[in-house]
Amino acid sequence: MAALTELTLAEARAGLVARKFSARELAQAYIAAMAAARPLNAFLVETPERALAMADASDKRLAQGSALPLDGMPLAIKDLFCTEGVLTTAGSRILKDFKPPYESTVTTKLWQAGAIMLGKVNMDEFAMGSANITCAHGKVENPWRRRGDNRPLVPGGSSGGSAVAVAARAAIAATGTDTGGSIRQPASFCGIVGIKPTYGRCSRWGIVAFASSLDQAGPMTRSVRDAALMLQAMSGHDPKDSTSADAPVPDFAAALTGDIRGLKVGIPREYRLDGMPAEIEALWQRGIDWIKRAGAVPVEISLKLTKYALPTYYIIAPAEASSNLARYDGVRFGLRVKGETLDEMYERTRAEGFGAEVKRRVLIGTYVLSAGYYDAYYLKAQRVRTLIAHDFAEAFTRCGVILTPTAPSAAFALGEKMDDPIAMYLNDVFTVPTSLAGLPAISVPAGLSGDGLPLGLQLIGRAFDEATVLRCGEVIERAANFTAKPQFVTGSAR
Amino acid sequence: MALDKATVARIATLARIKVPEEEQAHLAGELSQILSWIEQLNEVDTSGVEPMSGGAAMRLPMREDAVTDGDRRDQILANAPETAHGFFTVPKVVE
Repeated sequence: MAALTELTLAEARAGLVARKFSARELAQAYIAAMAAARPLNAFLVETPERALAMADASDKRLAQGSALPLDGMPLAIKDLFCTEGVLTTAGSRILKDFKPPYESTVTTKLWQAGAIMLGKVNMDEFAMGSANITCAHGKVENPWRRRGDNRPLVPGGSSGGSAVAVAARAAIAATGTDTGGSIRQPASFCGIVGIKPTYGRCSRWGIVAFASSLDQAGPMTRSVRDAALMLQAMSGHDPKDSTSADAPVPDFAAALTGDIRGLKVGIPREYRLDGMPAEIEALWQRGIDWIKRAGAVPVEISLKLTKYALPTYYIIAPAEASSNLARYDGVRFGLRVKGETLDEMYERTRAEGFGAEVKRRVLIGTYVLSAGYYDAYYLKAQRVRTLIAHDFAEAFTRCGVILTPTAPSAAFALGEKMDDPIAMYLNDVFTVPTSLAGLPAISVPAGLSGDGLPLGLQLIGRAFDEATVLRCGEVIERAANFTAKPQFVTGSAR
Repeated sequence: MALDKATVARIATLARIKVPEEEQAHLAGELSQILSWIEQLNEVDTSGVEPMSGGAAMRLPMREDAVTDGDRRDQILANAPETAHGFFTVPKVVE
């Protein structure tokens, strides 16, 4: 039998139910893998004892034949999710000792479904970043390396620790959150699956807020089927989140029929960027050929405001962040740096507690919301956001799903693209428009770059139609047959 | 729009983040670069367009105005950097 950590979630679940191995054995295999993956700096907190206790509870249920949907599945939890009594820092110094007195709704649902917690994983500070280099606890390393080049690569971000834990086989799956691409881009960079569901599908309650009109939780896994199974457990209405959708949750795994005959798949012409690497173009074309071969019908569509999505996002997200992060004031929780006056205490606490990128965004957000600039920047961006959502709505009268690359490049090396904040923001050029429109989108590993790094394809769906996104995603997954493994796992080139 | 040092200092005060004077010029340059990039939005005609203020087209639900939680003082204070007699403490604000 293959190593337990090589099994997908669906395979491990079948193995547990058939009693081929126990939840405790699976947990032990992952606890060892988590320890072995320490050089990648993905885990901030390891909770092996809790994992084993939860695994024993799973084994009891399995023995009684009353297994829960995710019984015994060892998960990595992004450090943005509040976990009761377990350190939750959002990757920031300002929350360095914060132990929440409550548990987020999404993690509560996962534990209720039988999943077990391995630990908390690293991320860009307050989820602001695309490379996991803005973490207060040190950067995270991608388990992949370029062929013939041993320089460490970034894992993408902000859910970089989550993506690395899953890709390095140090967790069977992980939770992520996505505000402008933070699930999909690291999934693409690390060769795994990540889905950002429709805004409102998963409760935001107990997730440290970045930009509340954009933030969504989602699963990061090694297969599309795993993503469907995990999303099932994470979804559903929560009265504690006033933006949680009171909509029925379909059976996502049942949607994986493999049948996309006649499905119209939109190919947005504005996503053919000037200067996009030829291998990304080629990958996209392969994706189009695969869905055609499966009987779907590609149709050219236009999302004419695409080029304005990033500037819109970089007004709205910092504006919401500047308001959300006002709560870190050194009074009720987190870091406090003493000052003579109350204002001085606030200013010193926030100066020492926040890193450079967070400060930059809070200052931009404060500026665009300040008197005299609110209409010119913030309101303008909200109006463009309406037009971007209209663009998608119009496109979806002509197709049922949209196919694009996930990111304009493969993972880059530490040190590349780091001097210019705008060059870094361009990582999210294909993912941000979907976030602004609140739509579901998945990234599926679809091939390798010329130097051997994973590349993802993105499928975007109508609001609350994750089912079509997953179904089409699984067709791409099968056609791509992505079996490559990171060097950290195969042991080569290290 | 190019921000000057004085504007950076004003925003920093509004955001309650101490920005030492020697960092203001550098930050002004960085923020100006980002702002001039986002100003390309002025090319988009948005006359008569309603602003999108949330992540979904939905009406906010109402709930009963009732206490649903409480009696957790010590749990809540446990994360505070400084407390006294069951309260949060701050530097003196009133003479």
